[in-house]
Amino acid sequence: MQQDHPMTRWERFKDNDIVWSFLHSPGAIVAAAITSIAILACLFAPLIAPFDPFDPSQISLWDGKLPPAWIEGGQPQYLLGTDNQGRDMLSTILYGGRLSILVGLAAVCLGMVLGVTLGVISGYVGGVTDAVIMRIADVQLTIPGILLAILINGIGRAFLPLELRQEFAIYVVIFAIGLTDWPQFARVARGATMVEANKEYVQAARIIGLPGWRIMLRHILPNTLRPVLVIATIGLALAIIAEATLSFLGQGIPPTTPSLGTLIRVGNEYLFSGLWWITFFPAIALVVLVFAVNLLGDWMRDALNPKLR
Amino acid sequence: MLFFILKRLSQSILVMAIVSAVSFSLFNFVGDPVNNMVGQDATREQRVEIRQQLGLDDPVLTQYTRFLGNMLQGDFGLSYRIKRPVDELIFERLPATLELVFVSAIIALLVGITMGVYTGIRRKSWASRAILSISLVGVSLPTFIIGIALIYIFAVHLRWLPSSGRSGTVDLGWWKTSLLTVDGWRAIILPAITLSLFQLTLILRLVRAEMLEVMQTDFIKFARARGLSERAINFRHALRNTLVPVITIIGINIGGLIAFSVITETVFQWPGTGLMFIQAVDFVDVPIMAAYLVFVALLFVLINLVVDILYFVVDPRIRLGD
Repeated sequence: MQQDHPMTRWERFKDNDIVWSFLHSPGAIVAAAITSIAILACLFAPLIAPFDPFDPSQISLWDGKLPPAWIEGGQPQYLLGTDNQGRDMLSTILYGGRLSILVGLAAVCLGMVLGVTLGVISGYVGGVTDAVIMRIADVQLTIPGILLAILINGIGRAFLPLELRQEFAIYVVIFAIGLTDWPQFARVARGATMVEANKEYVQAARIIGLPGWRIMLRHILPNTLRPVLVIATIGLALAIIAEATLSFLGQGIPPTTPSLGTLIRVGNEYLFSGLWWITFFPAIALVVLVFAVNLLGDWMRDALNPKLR
Repeated sequence: MLFFILKRLSQSILVMAIVSAVSFSLFNFVGDPVNNMVGQDATREQRVEIRQQLGLDDPVLTQYTRFLGNMLQGDFGLSYRIKRPVDELIFERLPATLELVFVSAIIALLVGITMGVYTGIRRKSWASRAILSISLVGVSLPTFIIGIALIYIFAVHLRWLPSSGRSGTVDLGWWKTSLLTVDGWRAIILPAITLSLFQLTLILRLVRAEMLEVMQTDFIKFARARGLSERAINFRHALRNTLVPVITIIGINIGGLIAFSVITETVFQWPGTGLMFIQAVDFVDVPIMAAYLVFVALLFVLINLVVDILYFVVDPRIRLGD
């Protein structure tokens, strides 16, 4: 297409192939919308939520176990009903979702930093270093991630003194999930590094005598980030599921500051008394969140990886 | 071939060494082992005596060697909480886990292959599309949510099946089975379905993809040209050729089932080894944790070894390529 006037910044932005692909795939737009709404709603939970579930003065046991507002017996101020302690479900879900997303992001970041560092070193240095790192990654990949996370988390909890367990539970969870998903990042980063390392700009950088760490950090690393981003998005969905699973097993975030998984666990105990909403709404929130992040990851994989298109 | 197996074997030994080191450090650095044995109010002399008895004053390397020796004999000491030998407890719980995994594997294979073949042959029909869309949802649902949903529908709402526990077991002396009574089957069906769903969708998708690929090949076209019946083509020619990759993923599959059995057992309070581990973590019951760690590692090492060797045996191309 012939352009008479210089492109504005917005037009250049729209011309980018990733943005083009995004604007032309309705699934991605819906997923991105749901994900960003969920993330924003959770981040701004204190502003949006009608109640503060951690403020004892706003909770009354008399309002406990109320059904959602549209069912007989429900009250209009508690849209999704209340849990066993009289906390507003909508508010606890927003706060819980916030915790789930934050833990997921932190775990993915940990896994990403660890994996990308090891992967770039592995791909750039090669030789024995490469063999050792990749062997460890291979062996770890034969064990399903969720089992590994449960085991690492269990060991981590055992090493903590009893009185610190609740307080540090969240860090143990982040650590366990982060340690579980580094091999994916390492593999992808290594592959990308090996491609980049043979290109001329890297050889030029070597010839002018730049130290190895500087080449890895400033020259190679930025060029490995595209595939890493894809893995990170899919990894986020898995990390959120892993956190929810650990919390559901009673091994994760404690009930005093519940995440979505903890809420489902607590609600599960009331399922038999017919109080389905205490489990149902957190579960739906979790499923929608994970599904949206997954869809986004799928789209990113297609968009950022032109070979697959 | 020998070199390949030796390489894998050395890898397995390395894994076991690392895992045993972790469980050894669990024993030595979590809490005070003496306190765990005698309680808070033992006298100083008693403590010193037990320390010597346990050999806690020896150098760490000696202790580790002794730990390895005991481990090889399956001796992990007494559970802190239940005060019984850990290997005994694990063997008591093992049948429950293995039966659950076995029934799930059968469901996953039977239903997965059947549906995979169906969706592969009739890929335009509405049933195939429905199966594929449902399987997509199934993959993204966390296991425990599927479990809760099944409990709510079939146990709480319809009251058809029990929601938790293992019942109707028959003691065969060395193996308590729940597969011989109606009650036992009623109890195992929900957890087994929960556990199998994820693997089922994986098998379904794999078989479908393989079927689609095989149907395009020349030998199927030739079979058509020979005028063979649809049935003979679909089952004797096409399905057979899809089974090689299916066989090889069965091993990985069993690994996945064992992993997710920890979650399923907790959801359904199924008295297997996974639930035992979760309870042990809650009570910092180190001997059980350490034993479970070693047990799971050993299981995965064995599965991977067998799968590698099977791969070698089943597919001659790999054998020649190495």
